[in-house]
Amino acid sequence: MTEAWWWPYVMILVAGWFATDVWRWLGVFAGGKLREDSELFIWVRCVATALVAGVISKLVLFPQGVLGDTPIWLRLAAAALGFVCFLALGQRVIVGVLSAVVFLLTGWWILGS
Amino acid sequence: MTASKDTGQPQLSSKPPVSGRGWMLRGARAAISIPAFILTSAFVGFAGMARETGLSLAETLLMTGAVWALPSVVVLTGAMASGMGLIPAAVAVALASVRLMPMTMALMPFLKVPGKTKTWHLLIASHFVAVTAWVYAMKNLPDLPREGRLPFFIGFGGGVTSFVFVATGIAYMLVERMPPMAAGALVLVTPVYFLCSLWGAARMNADKAAMISGLVLGPLFFLYFPGLDLLWTGLLGGTLAYLATRFWRRGLS
Repeated sequence: MTEAWWWPYVMILVAGWFATDVWRWLGVFAGGKLREDSELFIWVRCVATALVAGVISKLVLFPQGVLGDTPIWLRLAAAALGFVCFLALGQRVIVGVLSAVVFLLTGWWILGS
Repeated sequence: MTASKDTGQPQLSSKPPVSGRGWMLRGARAAISIPAFILTSAFVGFAGMARETGLSLAETLLMTGAVWALPSVVVLTGAMASGMGLIPAAVAVALASVRLMPMTMALMPFLKVPGKTKTWHLLIASHFVAVTAWVYAMKNLPDLPREGRLPFFIGFGGGVTSFVFVATGIAYMLVERMPPMAAGALVLVTPVYFLCSLWGAARMNADKAAMISGLVLGPLFFLYFPGLDLLWTGLLGGTLAYLATRFWRRGLS
């Protein structure tokens, strides 16, 4: 990160707040004028989805901090199991999250002891 | 649309006229809900991640309140951790949050009372557009009388945001005292939450294809082109998924 103490705040306000809220404001002004199912929006949604998906796999494969001490296969298996449980048990996000966390903790505990 | 009346929800319609403030209070009360609880746990996970990345408490809270869209928050945290410049970081965050525009557009017809609603009220309300509040609003607002919807939505969004804001702050302070395993498990909550909710929000094959290509390309670009890897993942992975499914949908037209 950069030297000045205020730099992170500038980052958050410009690259975070403005870069996010500008889409919401545009949405208010454009409301009803542009079609949500146009080809342009499908492409835009694809780009946004792929970007966030890239974040997901980076978080699982290369996590920061203590989670990085666990073996990579355990994290992958936990995330995969969570997703499978989510799909199998009526697409409830809470089911996916809880099963992934329980699997990770169990595996971590077994490996550590 | 069939299961829109959950048993735990307060009965919202069929009451005598309610003031704007009354609607706002009802919205805030409706904010105590399962989706809000899941979102809170995802932000608690973010608090753990922010701490591991080296963000201060003030920075974490400012991010939570001012950005208020978890994907953007996580992308921004990653960008700051890898020392990305202001412009590339802003572009990455903007790409991650582009979907807020069609979401807001779709919500506006419900919130607006034609000729009466002030635009700046809508601009304030739009800050609360994020997956959780949006899904809830699209499902429940049509059941409310038109004048009640905007204050209800502001109450709901404000309620969820304040609750998550406080929970994130508390989690940030507690992470240090947590056993390392609990802190580590919290960091895993965010990606699994996204994995499930992105898939659940996908409306067509293009979204799912984009998700899969992003999952695969993300780590590859990170290893071979670090720095702007997220931008490339989004642009290339998204375009590939779009073109492939477009070809599948309508051939070479």
